Amino acid sequence: MSSEQREIAHDRHSHPGPKQYVMIGVILTLMTVVEILAYYAEEDWGILNAGMAAAVIAILSAAKFITVVMYYMHLKFDSKIFTGIFIFPAALAILVIGAMYIVQQVLPRAGSALGS
Amino acid sequence: MSIVNAADHAANPAHLDTSTGLDNRKMAFWTFIGSECLLFGSLIATYLAYKGRSLVGPLPHAGRTLTGQQAEGILDIPLTSLSTFVLLMSSLGMVLALAAVQRADRKGAITWLFATAGLGLVFLGFQAYEFNHFYHAGLTLQTNLFGSTFFLLTGFHGAHVLVGVIYLGTLGMLAVKNQLGPERSMSVEIAGLYWHFVDVIWIVIFALVYLIK
Repeated sequence: MSSEQREIAHDRHSHPGPKQYVMIGVILTLMTVVEILAYYAEEDWGILNAGMAAAVIAILSAAKFITVVMYYMHLKFDSKIFTGIFIFPAALAILVIGAMYIVQQVLPRAGSALGS
Repeated sequence: MSIVNAADHAANPAHLDTSTGLDNRKMAFWTFIGSECLLFGSLIATYLAYKGRSLVGPLPHAGRTLTGQQAEGILDIPLTSLSTFVLLMSSLGMVLALAAVQRADRKGAITWLFATAGLGLVFLGFQAYEFNHFYHAGLTLQTNLFGSTFFLLTGFHGAHVLVGVIYLGTLGMLAVKNQLGPERSMSVEIAGLYWHFVDVIWIVIFALVYLIK
């Protein structure tokens, strides 16, 4: 068995089939719809406050991100080495985003609130 | 490695003839995706760092500039929701294309590869319309910090979508020429990794730039 044949055999055995892919697509669409509803619930309908809407949108966005990476990019079924190669820089990127946001947005506001 | 281990290794379809037992191309591509995470991470961090620091409008959502002027919101949420749905469906098309190639379904592979590339083009059409609308509403790269960081972030993403469309179109042409059988499914899987990565980056951009105020 050649390398490519083995890889094909591996993929056929371990990856989801078209039906599961369509189901995942439906779930992703539903999550997007809820995200958009959360936006309008705060913007137009006044049901949610800004913080709650942001939390709902952020959680759903993270869930969509993880679903695509796990099922469409097959990280759930592939070697853990691929997971490690992806997770490390992704975590670093999240750390950079968080640090920049805190330094540039949160701390100046906290400083001016303390000053006044 | 002993003879018994070597035989086990060879019999296991999950292992390849590489030192890690994994496909080198796939390993290299995941490394590339890791580097892309850092690129987009820095662009998103820059956008968030300068959020709400514009001295003049237009702003993403209606509100006041740093100098206290009232400015209108420029983002069109219904339009971008539609383009987000299009990109999400293109990801579904991509996995269906891969499944078709793996089961030697040439017609299915051609259909889904071109459908995915087509949906990518529709997304780019939405983005071109949005950029043109913003330009005519007075928002350019030089207008304010929002314009600079927004166009840089979404422009880089759009460039990645364009590369993906060309990539998928090339694979589609190979399928038309009957040169994309199951033995080359790894090429489609790697193209899929790129396309899904472009999709997950948009998931983050849509939430952080468009929906969260």
